[in-house]
Amino acid sequence: MMYHPPSNKPVHRLFKFPGGLHLPDNKAQSTGTPIRKARLPAQLILPLQQHIGSAAQPIVSPGERVLKGQPIALGQGRISAPVHAPTSGTVTAIDAYPVPHPSGLPAACIVIEADGEDQWAELPPPINDFEKREPELLLQRVQGAGVVGMGGAAFPTRVKLDPGPRRRIRTLVINGAECEPFITCDDMLMREQPERVVDGVAILMRILGAEECLIGIEDNKPEAIAAMTRAAETRKLAATTIIAIPTHYPSGGEKQLIRVLTGHDVPSGDIPASIGMVCQNVATAAAVADAVLRGIPLISRIVTLTGEGVALPCNLEVLIGTPLKDLVEQVGGYTGKAARLILGGPMMGFTLASDQIPLTKASNCFLAASSKEAPDPGIATPCIRCGKCADACPVSLLPQQMYWYARAHDLEKTQEYHLFDCIECGCCSHVCPARIPLVQYFRFAKSESWDQERERKKAELARLRHQARAERLARLEAEKQERLRIKKEALSRKSKADAGAARDSKQAAILAAAKRAAEKKAKLAQQGVVPGNTEHLTPDQRRQINLADARRKPASGPDDQPPRPHDVQDH
Amino acid sequence: MRFPLISSPHSERPNSVTQTMLWVILTLVPGSLAMTWYFGWGIPIHIALATLTAIASEGVVLKLRGRRMAPALNDLSAVVTALLFALAIPPLLPWWLTVLGTAFAIIVVKQLYGGIGYNPFNPAMAGYVLLLVSYPVEMTAWLPPEMLNHNPLDLEQTLAAIFGSTLPAGLSWDAITMATPLDQMRTQLDLNIMISEIRQSPLWGDFGGQGWEWVGNWFLLGGLVLLFKRIISWHIPLSMLGALLVFSMLFHFLDQEAYPFGLFHIFSGGTLLGAFFIATDPVTACTTKKGQLLFGASIGIITYVIRTWGGYPDAVAFAVLLMNMAAPTIDYYTQPRVFGHGERGND
Ligand code: SF4
Ligand code: SF4
Repeated sequence: MMYHPPSNKPVHRLFKFPGGLHLPDNKAQSTGTPIRKARLPAQLILPLQQHIGSAAQPIVSPGERVLKGQPIALGQGRISAPVHAPTSGTVTAIDAYPVPHPSGLPAACIVIEADGEDQWAELPPPINDFEKREPELLLQRVQGAGVVGMGGAAFPTRVKLDPGPRRRIRTLVINGAECEPFITCDDMLMREQPERVVDGVAILMRILGAEECLIGIEDNKPEAIAAMTRAAETRKLAATTIIAIPTHYPSGGEKQLIRVLTGHDVPSGDIPASIGMVCQNVATAAAVADAVLRGIPLISRIVTLTGEGVALPCNLEVLIGTPLKDLVEQVGGYTGKAARLILGGPMMGFTLASDQIPLTKASNCFLAASSKEAPDPGIATPCIRCGKCADACPVSLLPQQMYWYARAHDLEKTQEYHLFDCIECGCCSHVCPARIPLVQYFRFAKSESWDQERERKKAELARLRHQARAERLARLEAEKQERLRIKKEALSRKSKADAGAARDSKQAAILAAAKRAAEKKAKLAQQGVVPGNTEHLTPDQRRQINLADARRKPASGPDDQPPRPHDVQDH
Repeated sequence: MRFPLISSPHSERPNSVTQTMLWVILTLVPGSLAMTWYFGWGIPIHIALATLTAIASEGVVLKLRGRRMAPALNDLSAVVTALLFALAIPPLLPWWLTVLGTAFAIIVVKQLYGGIGYNPFNPAMAGYVLLLVSYPVEMTAWLPPEMLNHNPLDLEQTLAAIFGSTLPAGLSWDAITMATPLDQMRTQLDLNIMISEIRQSPLWGDFGGQGWEWVGNWFLLGGLVLLFKRIISWHIPLSMLGALLVFSMLFHFLDQEAYPFGLFHIFSGGTLLGAFFIATDPVTACTTKKGQLLFGASIGIITYVIRTWGGYPDAVAFAVLLMNMAAPTIDYYTQPRVFGHGERGND
């Protein structure tokens, strides 16, 4: 067992990623008080889609009473996650409501009127001997509990933990970096409930069969590092190293963290499993522990409420689906300085038009920023090609070039400059002296590319359909021709006989004509006139010849048929 | 209450174009003061003249193009262009040439290409080269530095010289002007005079010409501040100065009497001003790091080649313009390895 408290000399070698930023972390404002449990709200609004993938399907109907922890919607398809009732109460509606999404569009939600009793449903039994259980059983439990990535991406955890039989996972990377300014929910979780995280890590190790676990925590969180180290010791966590990493945005990006901790690059467009690694956030690990050791589904999370715009910045333990407005009231309301509402951190979060939205599994931070904390960037001016954006990019992209082509709607070129490797971290926009909203352009170019890809796929599908139809028609036509040919052959056998007769009579006529011509010739020769060749055929003779020729043609057989199209079905 | 919807990031932005330009202007101050000290009132007069012309030209073009004037003028880029141009021209240049050169730089080289960010050529250098090619006599008539100047002109006399082409009684243009050290070195080398002889003249200081080398020092200081403030990166200045030094030393060691010592090139003419303030103009330079190294080194080499074998005594402006043309191509072929692409990650 190896532990490296921050006071020790770091034994673990660390690596660097290109670019990145050193930002003022603004974390102290919300770490002054311990995590508090938020009040039970009167009403909970649970979006059916809180995760990446397909939306969950409701299994309750309005008027139905539900208990705390009871599943109310089930995952659909491979990439999806169920939703559970966070408290007991009555389902009052299943309808579209405003949800936390950058698009600002409403989406389907289940609304529960809380009855205040907070009465638990019967939960699945704890699995305390997970070390001896099949990974599949644990995976099912994780999936059944609706666990998704809680660092912000909300990717269904089961899918990430099950990368397929051919991909062996050597290393579990646990993300406790929390590199965005203002956000402290993971920090507080590690400080106050490190055992939950550590238990989750043990379960994840069992599920993956990983050989080692690296827990990366930015070195601006010494309390968290100490608490986690202690917890790992008391829980006797094997093959696990807790590593203080430099505070350097965006070290909490999955691929960046893997680079920092292992020196390996996850190949572009691929997932960490392709190099034998899986990365999970600390809060996700805690949720896994709850699901396996306590049978508790993912119905609550820790949320940072911070910024100069709220009176008492702090962290709250919040039931999923709690309206944001309720929480703002519990932290003393707005201060009057609130100029911008941001869900997530200042670098990657998105703005909210109002606080009339519920929190979801992915909501880690609510930032009511003052105009000092989130100033208006000012009007964008032309790019001066200073290259600061490229220096700051953690992926070594050339944002100024992508911007140039994105502006010109040259999507192909933007992709040539690796648009899809952009992680939308915001470093480039942050440093741009021309104040160009670069990331916005890149998001737009990406969605345009996806639209185009969809269109292309649609067109391709249409083309394939059309091709298949054309082939089917061609085949039918060929078959028809074939039938026709057979019929014609039968007919032509009959007409050949006719043609034979005609030929005989023709020959006779020719002979007669030749005889007549010879006679005529002889006569003309006597008169001293040289004859032409066929000019002297009578109209009747001509017609006869033509007719015979015409009849001969169809009788000449299958050589004249168009070739049968190849069978294209099985390519 | 409704709040604004704005795209991330929501952070306080550390940089702005105006601030960048302001730093460039500030760091040009020591060099400008030194030039004023050594070459007299002509320097500030031309700076003022060029600045007024640049702002007026920019304003007029923006008006004609129907653009808002404030943001473009506020970015101070026109002032930087004017300043660089004014520091490159001889101190007693007739006023209308300064106006012509600056107006050409702003109107044709910058605005006709679409304004800041779109111009492929460094406006100040294009303006300078235009004048150098069209008015070679006026453009090479420099003043001797203060310590060698026996007839320094006061402010009034300088104004009269610049705006009225009149000199104080008893003085002729030939008597008061003097070629630059680079020019002199070149002319005398062409006459097959050996460097050790050439350097006997009191014109010379430790490395370059008297006075000139001190101006160079002050520009160097300003440039180092820009580096320290991360307004520019080290790649272009270092590669340019390095290439120039390596080349000139190489030839110097081949024949010490025919090729001046390397530091002569560094401390003469526009080398230091060019390395830190002109070649680093972001709009017209390379943006990739590898590209910047190539860009800078090429400028250094071209400068040396033109100074040594070409038709002009100083060549920084030509070298910069030539490489401006090559910059987009260099950028294209020197793209950095993108994270997750290539050799790493699969071991
Ligand atoms: S930081 Fe802004 S101004 Fe500079 S190159 Fe990038 S996009 Fe252009
Ligand atoms: S947002 Fe994209 S382009 Fe900009 S710095 Fe981040 S990864 Fe690079």
